[in-house]
Amino acid sequence: MKHKGIAGNRGKEARSDCFIEIELTESEGISIDLQSKVKKLFGDSITELCKNELIFFGIGNASIKIEDNGALPFVLAARIEAALKQCIETDKEYILEMIPENQYHTAKDRYRRSRLYLPGNTPKLMINAGLHKPDGIILDLEDSVAPAKKDEAKLLVRNALRQVNFYGAERMVRINQTPKGLEDLDYVIPHNVNLILVPKCETVEQIKQVEKRIAEISKEKNISCPIYLMPIIESALGVINAYEIASVSQNVVSLAIGLEDYTTDLGTQRTKVGRETFFARCQIVNAARAAGIQPIDSVFSDVSDMESLKNITLESKSLGFDGMGCIHPRQIKVVHKYFNPNDKEIEKAEKIVIAFYEATEKGLGVVSLGSKMIDPPVVKRAQRTIEMAIKVGKLSKDWRDKYVS
Amino acid sequence: MSVKLVKNAVGRMIPTEINGKPAIPFKGVGKHRPIGRKYAPPIATCTDYPDDGNKLAPDLKTALIKAGLKDGITISTHHHFRNGDLVANKIFNITFKLGVKDLMWFPSASFPCHEPIIEHLKNGTVHHIEGSMNGPLGRFASQGKMKGVGVLRSHGGRYQAVQDGDVQIDIAVIAAPTADPFGNANGLTGPSACGLLGFALADSQYADKVIIITDNLVPFPCIPWQIHGNYVDYVIKEDKIGIPEKIISGTTRITKSPDRLHIAELTAKFCNVTGLIKDGFSFQSGAGGTSLAIGNYFGKIIREKGIKARFARGGSNKFLVEMLEEGLVEYILDGQTFDLEGVRSMRENPNHVDTSPFTSYNYHGKGNFAPILDIVILGATEVDVNFNANVVTHSDGYLLHGIGGWQNCLFGKNVILPIPLFRDRIPVIRDEVTTICGPGELIDVIVTERGIAINPCRRDLMEKVKDSDLPIKTIHELKDEVEKICGKPRKAEFEDKIIAAIKWVDGTVIDVVKKVKE
Repeated sequence: MKHKGIAGNRGKEARSDCFIEIELTESEGISIDLQSKVKKLFGDSITELCKNELIFFGIGNASIKIEDNGALPFVLAARIEAALKQCIETDKEYILEMIPENQYHTAKDRYRRSRLYLPGNTPKLMINAGLHKPDGIILDLEDSVAPAKKDEAKLLVRNALRQVNFYGAERMVRINQTPKGLEDLDYVIPHNVNLILVPKCETVEQIKQVEKRIAEISKEKNISCPIYLMPIIESALGVINAYEIASVSQNVVSLAIGLEDYTTDLGTQRTKVGRETFFARCQIVNAARAAGIQPIDSVFSDVSDMESLKNITLESKSLGFDGMGCIHPRQIKVVHKYFNPNDKEIEKAEKIVIAFYEATEKGLGVVSLGSKMIDPPVVKRAQRTIEMAIKVGKLSKDWRDKYVS
Repeated sequence: MSVKLVKNAVGRMIPTEINGKPAIPFKGVGKHRPIGRKYAPPIATCTDYPDDGNKLAPDLKTALIKAGLKDGITISTHHHFRNGDLVANKIFNITFKLGVKDLMWFPSASFPCHEPIIEHLKNGTVHHIEGSMNGPLGRFASQGKMKGVGVLRSHGGRYQAVQDGDVQIDIAVIAAPTADPFGNANGLTGPSACGLLGFALADSQYADKVIIITDNLVPFPCIPWQIHGNYVDYVIKEDKIGIPEKIISGTTRITKSPDRLHIAELTAKFCNVTGLIKDGFSFQSGAGGTSLAIGNYFGKIIREKGIKARFARGGSNKFLVEMLEEGLVEYILDGQTFDLEGVRSMRENPNHVDTSPFTSYNYHGKGNFAPILDIVILGATEVDVNFNANVVTHSDGYLLHGIGGWQNCLFGKNVILPIPLFRDRIPVIRDEVTTICGPGELIDVIVTERGIAINPCRRDLMEKVKDSDLPIKTIHELKDEVEKICGKPRKAEFEDKIIAAIKWVDGTVIDVVKKVKE
């Protein structure tokens, strides 16, 4: 154990964050040197939080330097804990209250059109993320967190799951690649995470390991709600094993593809046209559909190019994907707009559903539209389209009224 | 010396005397009725001025001396050059070298570039400032280091104060991007082009002596003559009076922050749902990132509806100019120009009109156009649960901003404040604002990223949003929500010493700022 612990970020870019330096001392009690732009307003509460946390961890003598840049309590608490844990050996966790708004669960088949990536060690991006109404938010512990910051990110993500209101978005966490990523689960499973993204997934073993660890933690912590899994396929081998991965467990609800790593694995480069990833994308869609789950596309990384994003979203939808990743809130609206059913699709779905109702009323076993027979899966898809059109406000709830003559 | 304090109509304790002059406490909106006649400068005769119209003086120092520079007088400047102004510092460097003391500086606003004047406040050249104190000057004042009490007025309030004689300007120094030797001047051309000179209008009309200082001297006549040479005593030609890139930005930018865009979109949606965006409507919006985005969303709605706005009140900028040129807006009534496109448009387009605090804001006139505006978009550092708002101090008590046209615009028909619920950890909605700059009865709607609060006295607006999907909340709900996120902040602590007075648009005192306890 070190004598000194350091956590957090400083500098102009580190808004809503803080930088903590803790040095354990032999005597002289606790001294706190606080520099904060909100010192006049929150100085007392920051010092109090710090003292309470030290007492909780049984520290009586320490010298602490806090450079605060407007960090909210969940950030301060995580940073102090992270710095302390570099100095002491402990199993204890400083757990903050779970706000009542964060206690919702999600359903297996909910829409997953968009999922917004939030770097797991950057609090300023977390606070308002839910306001932009993505279908899901991902607190990311993997690629967006620097290796040296992995430990403190886990604590920050844990606290965010308890204290940041994401306004109904599905609460997802991307853990690190297994087996290392299994350790991440301890920090998120007890805190009502809805879904775990398993990156660089190549074999069913990885999913089984993750599930096993989740089951252990759930048992220990008495958690009964399901925690869903979204494996991310990011390699040639993963693409080959896609169907097995997709069908390994009831908890796997979506299968995503990560194209940056995949193209590297192929030894090629990602282009806007995307011919090099065409096979893999089709394979993912095919595997997911075969397993009865949602195929989810990669991210588009040029956040200022809305026109290309639109084209890529339309192509993604036409290939059969149900959603894609977003790396900036401004992408969410575009992704939703083009994954939502368009007017033509809605009109067609309306006709099919009406025909279905008419057939049911008349006691007919076969649904037909004009001279065409309609198969049950087509009806089901049409019903999903209508449902979604209503949910996104493109169709009124009583849309059938207009067909009543 | 002990000062007598009385409680004004918004419950703040106000001294009856400021800088040795009697002060009237705020009596309520529209309650103070002045009597008497306007102030007037001495009668001049053209026989005292050169027949050939050439009023050129060799340099600023000579002109100041000729204009009667002495201890204790009031010198005014305008702020059309914003953070690129070189003139105010130059004036006080001259007066310092001449050993003149106890001047009152009366700028229409100050900027961080005026930090050197702190030295002159310390060495006694400048006694105090009456005008907005932005950044370093405000901090200096908040620490109780200025000799006199600062007086902050709105743009309209400044015109009122000059017109009514509350402030008597001895020497006005007007920086002019283009001028002729007779003293006619405008802001349209020249290296320091700033668009217009509206903030200097009162100074030209009412000061005892008027000095024009320019770095672009043209032969008579300087057309258009935004400032009339008939008011002017001396004209100075300098090499450089401003730093162009700091006077105006080359291009103004719409915010890219998704959170601010979210607030902007909500604001535009609110205006649309409530039917405020209709054919022939008018709006005001500033040049801040969020305001620009709101203007942009307005443009989209206007285009989709196939309607026109009758006029827009600027702060003109590239985006407003585009709307004018596309025919979405029929007129821009411009108070200050923020970018090069704004300056160009004002130069070329007769529908892009320069205005002054007299036409737009003066409360002691026979009307002004602020109340004609349908939609007014403003900011605030804090708002309280009674909708009172603060624009001059931060929650930690420091005086860091001026009032600008903010108070004057509160008289618009629908006053909307799009603001984040908290900045860093600092809640914007409070139990009580640190400084009251505008009474809640004039503020109609607060739009935050986490919900919209409508002033309960606007039942009509409440009715209109009843069936919408807008996130309507009460102001108390918003306050509770922000305190849940940030915690409840402590109140700023002050000493007894009053460091600045906040004037209301009618010249009464609505609040004071005290020395911050450090």
